[in-house]
Amino acid sequence: MKDALKYSYFPGCSLKGLGRSYEQSLLPVMRRLGVELVELDDWNCCGATAYMSVDEAQACVLAARNLAIAEKTGPRDLVTPCSACYLVLNKTKHNMADFPEINQTVQHALKSADLTYSGKVPVRHPLDVLINDVGLDVIKEKVVRPLKGLKVAPYYGCQIVRPYATFDDAWNPTTMDRLLTTLGAEVVPYPLKTKCCGGSLTGTVPEAGLRLTYILLKEAVRRGADVIATVCPLCQFNLDGYHDQIDRRWGPARIPTVYFTQLMGLAFGMTPEELGLKSNFVSMKPLPAESTTV
Amino acid sequence: MNTQNKNGEVRIGFYICHCGMNIAGVVDCPSVAQYIAKLPGVVVSRDYKYMCSDPGQELIRQDIREHKLNRVVVASCSPSLHEHTFRNAVESGGLNPFYFQMVNIREHDSWVHTDRAQATAKARALARAAISRVRFHRALETTRAPINPDVLVVGGGISGIHAATTMANAGKKVFLVEREPSIGGQMAKFDKTFPTLDCAACILTPKMSAVRSHKNITLWTYSEVVKVEGYVGNYTVTVKRKPRYVNEDLCVGCLECIQACVFKEPKFADEFNMGLSKRKPIYIPFTQAVPPVVVIDPERCLQVRTGKCKKTCLEACADRQAIDFTQKEELVEIKVGNIIIATGFKLFDAKRIPQYGYGLYPNVITAIELERFVTSSGPTGGEIVMRDGHHPKSVGFILCVGSRDMKTNRWCSRTCCMHSMKLAQLVREHTDADVTVFYMDIRAPGKGYEEFYDKSLKEGIQFVRGRVAEVTDWAMAPEEEGKLVIRVEDTLAGFVRRVPVDMIVLATGMEPQADSQEVRRLFNMSCGSEGWFLEKHPKLAPVSTFTDGVFIAGCCQGPKDIPDSIAQAGAAAAEAMALIDKGYIEQEPNTAYIVEADCSGCKSCIPLCPYTAISLDDATQKAKINEALCKGCGTCVAACPSGSIRQNLFEDEEIFSEIEGVLSYV
Repeated sequence: MKDALKYSYFPGCSLKGLGRSYEQSLLPVMRRLGVELVELDDWNCCGATAYMSVDEAQACVLAARNLAIAEKTGPRDLVTPCSACYLVLNKTKHNMADFPEINQTVQHALKSADLTYSGKVPVRHPLDVLINDVGLDVIKEKVVRPLKGLKVAPYYGCQIVRPYATFDDAWNPTTMDRLLTTLGAEVVPYPLKTKCCGGSLTGTVPEAGLRLTYILLKEAVRRGADVIATVCPLCQFNLDGYHDQIDRRWGPARIPTVYFTQLMGLAFGMTPEELGLKSNFVSMKPLPAESTTV
Repeated sequence: MNTQNKNGEVRIGFYICHCGMNIAGVVDCPSVAQYIAKLPGVVVSRDYKYMCSDPGQELIRQDIREHKLNRVVVASCSPSLHEHTFRNAVESGGLNPFYFQMVNIREHDSWVHTDRAQATAKARALARAAISRVRFHRALETTRAPINPDVLVVGGGISGIHAATTMANAGKKVFLVEREPSIGGQMAKFDKTFPTLDCAACILTPKMSAVRSHKNITLWTYSEVVKVEGYVGNYTVTVKRKPRYVNEDLCVGCLECIQACVFKEPKFADEFNMGLSKRKPIYIPFTQAVPPVVVIDPERCLQVRTGKCKKTCLEACADRQAIDFTQKEELVEIKVGNIIIATGFKLFDAKRIPQYGYGLYPNVITAIELERFVTSSGPTGGEIVMRDGHHPKSVGFILCVGSRDMKTNRWCSRTCCMHSMKLAQLVREHTDADVTVFYMDIRAPGKGYEEFYDKSLKEGIQFVRGRVAEVTDWAMAPEEEGKLVIRVEDTLAGFVRRVPVDMIVLATGMEPQADSQEVRRLFNMSCGSEGWFLEKHPKLAPVSTFTDGVFIAGCCQGPKDIPDSIAQAGAAAAEAMALIDKGYIEQEPNTAYIVEADCSGCKSCIPLCPYTAISLDDATQKAKINEALCKGCGTCVAACPSGSIRQNLFEDEEIFSEIEGVLSYV
């Protein structure tokens, strides 16, 4: 076992709300792997992608406050599981490094709160930490109940690989594929793995957004997947929450969408209840060896 | 300032060139001329619109005569462009050409600055430096070294073949070195050539045979250059000859050994057919290969790998005994005067754009793969078939794959529009498939090329303008089921389209060879930022490099089609022959020399010389510099502990006075 891995942790709003089963599964899984996630004090909303498109500099200020708090907390990497948070925090970091005028605006605003950010804290995704810091060999040791026979479509979404393909390929990422294989699952070929889920368009322009969601779902079904594994609260919401509308528009494409951390939890022997799997609209079928529905 | 030196009274003529508006647009030329006119020793100081023009040069000659000038300074462009011009003007005016000094106020000043006052001040300072330096110039003579008339051509594609045969026809001895077992390069893989649709093999094969039969050409295939020493006119080149385990002189290409090989069926990917067919460990690269002899793949042959094989090939060749497992790698040293590099390109790996599905969907192929399909000697005997054996009903061509793309390669590969249109026409000819070409711009600028585009349109080939976003296999409509779907924004119609097709052809672009950096270092060339070998001047010296006697031709210099490659190859051959037929190399007299009185014979300079030009004179016990070998790099001059090595054109007083000239400007 390696030395204890300790990170700052930025959950973001989703993981405390709609995506709470992500946190519910992420934290115990990480704990079992000896990873300590220390939640930032007094963090705030990252602004998500919406604010970025309204006022980029101000959106950066909002996000940079979290980076500044992380930098003040200690020389630890900042882990953030939500794709939007991951993208926005990274984008803020890049913007501050690349554009002096944005940096100036942000630093000025931070100063009024007695904060500063020098760009030191790396922003990292749990997948990155799991593959590169923890290692698949360590994860494999923790698997008590291999996901044998479970066919998974690995769905990364667009935000964790583009534009900043920091730990995986921008178009054909494989970290989650390797992780799922380590858990004993069967990964189905899913070339749509980085296509957009529709994002907030499912709510604002449903004819465009839902179509994208539908494509992801029906192709996962067509390619024989039992379940879609995701890394993002919004993707999970879109893929799980609109089945009635999709049924009406294009016909059924029912398949459960769960967080990859929930699958890790199952493989580590945790119960569906512990992992928040009961809160999905489309339920995951019991694993082959299970007797009860989850 | 002292206007006298050991050469007597110094009478300087100064000329500042406007270069149209290139210099005058930023530098106030008349004011520089007025400033220089007041400096000691300056007899005439003029500004003129184009100093390099005939009247400009005549101005210098006239002033030398009328004003008895004995030094000339011209402030204009880079010496690499016109130093030669002005030295000639000075010489024809009756002065030693080395009484001339050039100041670069274009590349070093007007082209890189925008502030007129500061640029003008910089021009004054640079000019003043030259004025104070030129006083110390001495009359020097250029020396001549004989040139070796033999030439090395590296690369046996169409460019190398053409360069080699051109020179061989002119009576020059040519060594042609090719890395692969056969010459022919990329062109040998083509079925037909645009825009005439004439058969590629019919025009290439005779040239390949001519190489083999030419008495002036020594052809070494399966060989690579590993070491290059020397300089223009006198290169020593070491060539590694890989063992092909077949004696080229004895093999007649009967191919019976291939029949007899212990591998009953071809098993290994055939490189020439882009892996679309299989070959045995003993094989001939392709039917028209030159030399037409077999080769044994050391990675695959049981005998070479393990020494345990029945060697049925040897039995089959018992009469001729051409197969020889005792062959070893050989290093051969040759001496040549000039080198032509024609090492070609490599194709962009389509897997680098995963959105297009190459390697994922079997019916996404590259243009060169389709080229092999349409060739009658190819893996399908000229039939265009999909992986399931059926003929495609619809084919889509995606252009600019790995070209004109900020994420991969920024450059235009120049040939893919025409190549794709040619293949599109051939698909129409061979099948009844609908063909759609997805393009950003159709670039058809050659002779007969636009007409070829017209012909493509008339033949019913559809063109959709838009960069393809992705190739998918997910259907959204019944007609898309089982097809590959091209998603593209049609920028003429203004909407996003989904176009279902059976087969997709990716027009992959050209890239520098994977080992272009090593080759560049080997021959002391430069590369542009993209990795293509850099020509000496993009317009005026397109086949020369910064190393004299090393020329480039074909796609190693940048993407080009066959006519352009041939034109460059011919130009490179002509440039090399111009040097050869002159009979000697004129050497700049910038050589180092020993001040014998000061030399202590410490020998510290000897190992430092990269050209082994320095030795110790046994009689005097002093260092001795061979002027013919010295390239004027200055290493020994800087290193000599007693300061007893000096260098023509870079004498201490010349350099110090130049520095003083710059610094004393206020």
